[in-house]
Amino acid sequence: MNLVGENLSYKLTEELQLRKISFNFEKGKLYTILGRTLSGKTTLLKTIAGLLMPDSGSIRFEDKNFLEIPVWKRNIAMVYQQFINYPHLNVFENIAFPLKQRGLDPQKINDEVFKSLKLVGLEGYEKRKIQELSGGQQQRVSVARSLVKNAKILLLDEPLVNLDYKLREQLREEFKNIFVNGLSEESIVIFSTTDPREAMELNGEVIVLDEGRVLQVGAAKEIFENPKDLKVAAISNDPPMNILKADLGSNKIKFEDIEIDIPDHLSKLKDKHFNFGIRASDIELNDNGFEFEVELAEISGSETLLHLTRGNLKIITSIEEVMDFKIRDKVKINFKSNRAYAFDEVGNLASSPFRGSNV
Amino acid sequence: MGKLYTFLKYFFITVWTVFVVAPFLWALTTSFKDFNSVNGGVTYIPWVDFEPNLEGWRVLIKSPAQGGVDIVEPYFNSLFVTCTASLVSIILGTLSAYALSRYTFKAGPIKNNDITFFFISQRIMPPIVLSIPFFLFLGAVNLLDSLFGLIVVYIVLLMPIAVWIMVDFFNKVPREIDETALIDGCNPYQAFYKVVLPNSIPGLIVAGMFCIIFGWIDFFFAFILTFTEVQLLPVKIVALNSSITPWWSLSASALVSVAPLIVVAFIVERYLSKGNLSGAIK
Repeated sequence: MNLVGENLSYKLTEELQLRKISFNFEKGKLYTILGRTLSGKTTLLKTIAGLLMPDSGSIRFEDKNFLEIPVWKRNIAMVYQQFINYPHLNVFENIAFPLKQRGLDPQKINDEVFKSLKLVGLEGYEKRKIQELSGGQQQRVSVARSLVKNAKILLLDEPLVNLDYKLREQLREEFKNIFVNGLSEESIVIFSTTDPREAMELNGEVIVLDEGRVLQVGAAKEIFENPKDLKVAAISNDPPMNILKADLGSNKIKFEDIEIDIPDHLSKLKDKHFNFGIRASDIELNDNGFEFEVELAEISGSETLLHLTRGNLKIITSIEEVMDFKIRDKVKINFKSNRAYAFDEVGNLASSPFRGSNV
Repeated sequence: MGKLYTFLKYFFITVWTVFVVAPFLWALTTSFKDFNSVNGGVTYIPWVDFEPNLEGWRVLIKSPAQGGVDIVEPYFNSLFVTCTASLVSIILGTLSAYALSRYTFKAGPIKNNDITFFFISQRIMPPIVLSIPFFLFLGAVNLLDSLFGLIVVYIVLLMPIAVWIMVDFFNKVPREIDETALIDGCNPYQAFYKVVLPNSIPGLIVAGMFCIIFGWIDFFFAFILTFTEVQLLPVKIVALNSSITPWWSLSASALVSVAPLIVVAFIVERYLSKGNLSGAIK
């Protein structure tokens, strides 16, 4: 009964392809595909939708070969990152379109459309032209159009990426509610995004995709706490996790001229050389800490991102308040080493603060 | 500097406007004149310089036996041939353009762009090169000197314009719109006529207008491929001989022959200047 893909491969261009992707999506669950641009997120969603035919591999749904069913008979819905609506139809007609296509009777269509409008908060807009709406409203219309169908598979391809910051936050929250309350137990929701925060907040099952390969599958919390390797750590953190080449001494961890105490969970590392990983948010300002020079300071929302250097070391730290720094200012920082990760020289996770050494 | 520029701009626009409009005004006044007003020195303003009359216009609908020039039949021939050929060109051209815009064709080294270029190349060729093959072809299928034969030839000439404009237009319509239509339960044909076509109306209008203009003004093929049975307007008008047909009738027939183009020009101008070509899709 699940949506099962096996060894899906598709080559669009040299840098954009799916390489033997397999998945098993269960009904009633929310899946998030997390990956950078060109990682194959859209390609994968389009393959599931039937807009692209994989070169090899299979997709089965409800015990049928999904690849043999044409797009228009698959009972899916898709929201694009561009706000795609039918420009020649007004809001009501846009949302009613898939239902009319199914030949439902007008009264039923009317009810369903208004229910859907209410769900996305666009009551009273039904007579508007699409061109008269703001970007966020246009995207709500396309979400309403995809919800109204009660499709068994709902695909959302970075639906929030083209919206401004505030609206994104707000819609993300609403999406979460819609996914939790507005969808039947029968639906599979697949949401793709480049933004790790979005993936964590939606709190579904996360599939980390990179260069057309699945790197890691797991609950959002698990991906965040125990990224499988350096790549996953980079993709699932924004700003990316700081990775420093480090040596394990007898009782200190050394990188460049810095030495810090070994936290418990890193004490059992096998390798002497490893990659020391620490999130930007796990580096704090501390007057007794190590001196770094500010290379760049950016204020993002309510936090300040500092790009720091010391010799050959380059790190990024985020501070939970708005602070004014000038370039070349000296700051002193401390690493919260009990929150540090260790990756072996190949890049695989050797130890995490949540699971300790796993090898 | 700015003032000089503005002055020069309006100066040249004015000169150009006079240059373009004057012959039409000249023809318009002449069409209402009679023998005396034409030959009795220069006259410009009706009722002041000369007494206008409708003789020049009446002649247009009289048969040659009554001393008229009878452009009614060629006029409707021209309308019929132009409209039919344009309509067929638009239908075929739009379908081909959609296919060229959305699907990938490949035959050896030949790809979509080459096919599009093949269509346009029909217009790059000088008409004179095409005249002999057309003549032989129509002769072989017994369609010389017939409306149907002309329609066939005009479709060959007009369809490239339609393809060219519509390929460009469809390329600007996001593919995601078609895809959304498919996802919403349309098969590819329904996606085309329920979603893509309604959003392409500005493109269709512009393509249609160009077809009508190029069809209407063609003299060359109408001249070569017809003899006695069928006559199109441009041929008929050129054939009017000023030593037999009076100037006022010549002027009147010239004016009625450009009338449809003026209407078309106004519509095209509205669409082009408003940028409506791409306006349907945000």
